[in-house]
Amino acid sequence: MHDFTPISALAGGALIGLASVWLLAADGRIAGVSTIVHGIFSSPRDRWRMAFVAGLLLAGFAWQAAGAPVPLRAGFPLGWAALAGLLVGFGTRMGSGCTSGHGVCGLGRMSLRSLVAVIAFMATGMLSAYVTRHLLGVAS
Amino acid sequence: MSALGAGFLFGIGLWLSGMANPKKVLGFLDVAGDWDASLMFVMGGAVAVTAIAFRFVLKRDKPFFSETFHLPLKKSIDLPLVAGSALFGIGWGIAGYCPGPALTALSTLSAESMVFVAAMIGGGILHRALEGKER
Repeated sequence: MHDFTPISALAGGALIGLASVWLLAADGRIAGVSTIVHGIFSSPRDRWRMAFVAGLLLAGFAWQAAGAPVPLRAGFPLGWAALAGLLVGFGTRMGSGCTSGHGVCGLGRMSLRSLVAVIAFMATGMLSAYVTRHLLGVAS
Repeated sequence: MSALGAGFLFGIGLWLSGMANPKKVLGFLDVAGDWDASLMFVMGGAVAVTAIAFRFVLKRDKPFFSETFHLPLKKSIDLPLVAGSALFGIGWGIAGYCPGPALTALSTLSAESMVFVAAMIGGGILHRALEGKER
C-alpha cells in the first residue's frame, strides 16, 4: 500500500467537516454538494447555492495559485467521464444526496437514511471501480 | 457571504485530503488493486467534526444569518434512496469524481472535469423531467 496519506486525509476531512458546520451554523443549510448543484437549476433565485459553488471553484484556483500539487490525469476516456457524470447526477438526485450530504452531514446527524445511502454507494462504488478497471480495462 | 467562505473552506479540504484527485479516489474504491485506505480518514475526520459540532449548532434556536434550520425531513428508507445511491456509486467508481471534487476540479480546466460536470447537471435535470412525468 503506497501513497498512504492518513495525516493530510484526516486534516482535509476535518476542514470539510468545519465548512459543513459553518454553513449549518451561519445559514442553517446542509452542505450537500449534489443537492446544492441540483438546487441551482430548480430554484435559481437562492443565491447561497451559487455562492457555495463559487467558493468551491475559488478554492481550486487558490490551491493552484499557491503552487500546491495538482494531480492531473491524462487520457481518461471522455465517453466514460460523461457516463459517470450522468449516473452521478441522476443517482444523487434520485437518492437525495452524495458523499457530502449523506456522508459528512447525514452521518453527523446520525441519520439512518444517510447511513443506508452511504453503504449503498460505497458498495456499488467499489464494485464499479473493480469492474471498470480490472474487467473492462478503462485507463485511470 | 458566509456560503462563499464555507464553499472555499470545503474546497481546500477536498484538495488537502486527496478527494479532488480522482486517481487517489479510485485507489481507495478499488480494494482489489494496490489499496490506498487514506480516504477512509477523510470521512472519519469530517464526521468526527460534524457529529460533535452539529449537536451544539442545532441546540440554538436559529442559525446566525437565517430564520430557520433547513433540514431534510424524509425519514423512510425507500427504493429511490437505495437505487439512486447505488447508481451514484456506479458513476463514482467509474471516474473517481463525486459532486464536490468534480466542481472544484473545474478550476484545472481539464476536459474530463468539464464533461463530467456537464453530464452530472444533465443527469439531475433528466431525473427531474422523468419524475415530473410520473405525476
